[in-house]
Amino acid sequence: MKLRVNGKEHEVSVPEEMPLLWVLRDVLGLTGTKYGCGMAQCGACTVHLDGEAIRSCVRPVGSVGSKAVTTIEGLSADGLHPVQRAWIDADVVQCGYCQPGQVMTAAALLRVKPDPTDKEIDDALSGNLCRCGTYQRIRAAVRRATQIKGGAL
Amino acid sequence: MNRTTDLTRRDFLKTSVGGATGLVIGFSFPWRPSLVQAQERPAPKLPPPDAFLQIAPDDTITVLLSHSEMGQGIWTTLPILLAEELDCDWTKIRVEHALAAPVYAHTAFGLQMTGGSTSTWSEFDRYRQVGALARQMLIQAAAKEWGVDPQSCRTENSVVIHGNEKLSYGRLADAAQKLTPSTSVKLKPSKEWKRIGKPTKRLDSPEKVTGRAQFGIDTRFPGLMTALVARAPVFGGKVKSFNAEKAKAVPGVTAVVQVPSGVAVIAQHFWAAKVGRDALDIDWDLGPAASLDTDKMRDEWRALSQSPGAKAAAGGDVDAAMRGARSKVEAEYEVPYLAHATMEPLNCTVRLTGTGEQAQCEIWTGTQFQTVDQAAAAKVAGLDPKQVTVHTAFLGGGFGRRANPASDFVAEAVHVAKAAQVPVKVVWTREDDTRGGYYRPMLLHRLSVGLGADGLPIAWRQAIVGQSILHGTPFEALMVKDGVDATSVEGAANSPYVMATANHLVELHSPTPGIPVLWWRSVGHSHSAFVMESFIDELAVKSKKDPVQYRRQLLVKNSRHLGVLNLAAEKAGWGKPLPKGHHRGIAVHESFGSFVAQVAEVSVTGNQINIHRVVCAVDCGICVNPASVAAQMEGGVVFGLSAALYGELTFKQGRVLQSNFHDYQLLRVHEMPKVEAHIVPSSEKPGGVGETGVPPIAPAVANAVFAATGKRLRRLPLRLAESA
Repeated sequence: MKLRVNGKEHEVSVPEEMPLLWVLRDVLGLTGTKYGCGMAQCGACTVHLDGEAIRSCVRPVGSVGSKAVTTIEGLSADGLHPVQRAWIDADVVQCGYCQPGQVMTAAALLRVKPDPTDKEIDDALSGNLCRCGTYQRIRAAVRRATQIKGGAL
Repeated sequence: MNRTTDLTRRDFLKTSVGGATGLVIGFSFPWRPSLVQAQERPAPKLPPPDAFLQIAPDDTITVLLSHSEMGQGIWTTLPILLAEELDCDWTKIRVEHALAAPVYAHTAFGLQMTGGSTSTWSEFDRYRQVGALARQMLIQAAAKEWGVDPQSCRTENSVVIHGNEKLSYGRLADAAQKLTPSTSVKLKPSKEWKRIGKPTKRLDSPEKVTGRAQFGIDTRFPGLMTALVARAPVFGGKVKSFNAEKAKAVPGVTAVVQVPSGVAVIAQHFWAAKVGRDALDIDWDLGPAASLDTDKMRDEWRALSQSPGAKAAAGGDVDAAMRGARSKVEAEYEVPYLAHATMEPLNCTVRLTGTGEQAQCEIWTGTQFQTVDQAAAAKVAGLDPKQVTVHTAFLGGGFGRRANPASDFVAEAVHVAKAAQVPVKVVWTREDDTRGGYYRPMLLHRLSVGLGADGLPIAWRQAIVGQSILHGTPFEALMVKDGVDATSVEGAANSPYVMATANHLVELHSPTPGIPVLWWRSVGHSHSAFVMESFIDELAVKSKKDPVQYRRQLLVKNSRHLGVLNLAAEKAGWGKPLPKGHHRGIAVHESFGSFVAQVAEVSVTGNQINIHRVVCAVDCGICVNPASVAAQMEGGVVFGLSAALYGELTFKQGRVLQSNFHDYQLLRVHEMPKVEAHIVPSSEKPGGVGETGVPPIAPAVANAVFAATGKRLRRLPLRLAESA
């Protein structure tokens, strides 16, 4: 089947029911998207489907169709999407394993809500676990990202 | 120091790899740095700079880490120490994990490892020495080229300067690395520090926010297969027989092999391996652990707590003092088994190549225990540890799970690679990880304390019941004394409250139900702080004293405890009015050479506990990177809150009932309190910070819940409904 990932067409030969996550990681080699739970509980596998944040660990690849998949590798050309810049400025990361998912969720939120309330930030990110406990800086970084210009949110 | 020396360095590493047995000797009480630091040690040889640092012609400085980056920020802390003395351009620093080799052995424990909150203090001298030695050599090389006295040269931002002449470190590196490092070196006095003590941003952020950072689970190379292992549903269970027909029929599955821990399905990718594993038909011999039941164990622990145990601390005459007590307070506290639940599930990649003396075993994994894993892999592969290369990837969390004396996830992966005869990445599902053992043990504490006329304790009796972490490990002989595993009683047997009570007895029972247990971020302090700091609150209430004032009286000889207690109380506005329905609780605890006090501000709605704010004061001695210390305090609070509010593994018929994040919950962002970290300025030796933020939060919250409801919650996780 055909799959459009980060602006590139791929032809993959995998079962329809195979979760998108494993196609990205093990077939296309895009390992920035992480496996954490396999049941949409932790958000480490978050990618965008036509700009919307989804959990790729429970999304059968056969249901993606012609929708555009964006992974952390494709969020920005230079790693300087406003959310990524804000994350660096706010010194968010610790172990870093959950952070691609956090960044993708935050980027999808800011695309539809450029100036979210504190509650909207919490609601959007409550599906993304961080075992290191970087939540306080994640909140601050989302706020900071709203102030950064120059990127396509 | 130059890239060209890389081969030499690696040869040096290869030839000097030793067996693990000789290396464990120095490993002693990692949770008590004060003891380790106090030991008389011969003056150590200075470290070989080229094992820790490379300078490229373009001035790039590569710092090789002897410790593993697992979120604690050592990727930034060790470069700070090195750069402080090297006087180099911070923007040109890059960092790599070192391969496993004796030169990277922990300066106090003799093994290459990351744990016990020891990385900063144990490297505080070594990485500064490396920087200072390298700077000396660079100056010498420049002075030689200019024909001047090295004393007349100075350095600035990766440049050696003499008068108007300047040479960059990159330009000098080749000549410098040909010089013999000095046998002595003088380190800067603290008043000249430019980097130590200044908040410094993490060096690993760019790769971690772009997905470029390589974790063990991200290992890929041509020919690498993915394997999932079907393990026994009960600890100690064995495969009786199995039928792999359906598994082998799954597209993408290439082999099914039996290994000591179970049956491994090898496939082209994770998904095929998982579908294949689900299709396996295995008949298990479950063994004696099939009857394990947490409720029954609790009854056994309770019965044990009422019989004499091994003495962990004893002084005076408890019985006589108890008879003279004005009043008595008795309580039983309990904490459950817990999984580490690192965000990156366990995994390990193994490639076996060659035969005989040419045989090699390569390991890629996130590990906290390189030397131990190297030895374990060698044993399984039938090789010498010299033939095992351990590549440390970023760890998607460690918390102790990736420092296993049994090297379970590494040894198993070598078994799979050996049986399947292909390079494999063994990946654990979340369910495997949650049910895979090596838990924080379940513990029960029974306390009985007699109070004098002034309300202070005059007789203290405490029994602790729980599995020994070190029992059955190679560390048992060294670290379990007279039946007392120090990790079971730390924070209780040596508590300042116990020490302040002349008549005391702390006893330990270490049952052996066969559940694999391990150190879990803050180890014994994860339960002892909850017990001691909740119980002290009970004593304060019984004595009708303010909890802060009561602690001050007992901690009169413990100035660093007092320092953080007073700072946290002051910053939290202890005693001042709060919003309606909000209540405060406090706790103070020493662990890993540092002191932390936390004030939790809590409200209760129905049976739900809401944590609004946590004020944290920490005294960790000299603070290398305040940004990192603050992050560890925030993270410690979150880790501790997950355990305080949710964490619990239960056994029924030998099976762990919980499996994934829906039933083994972690704190989420909407539950995150505002955390304020206040660092006490100090010139004391650096202490640990990776774990020390965890212990006080559960008792601080429990004490606040008592203030809010009058209900004393003596069991974790904290549940109001059950305590009524």
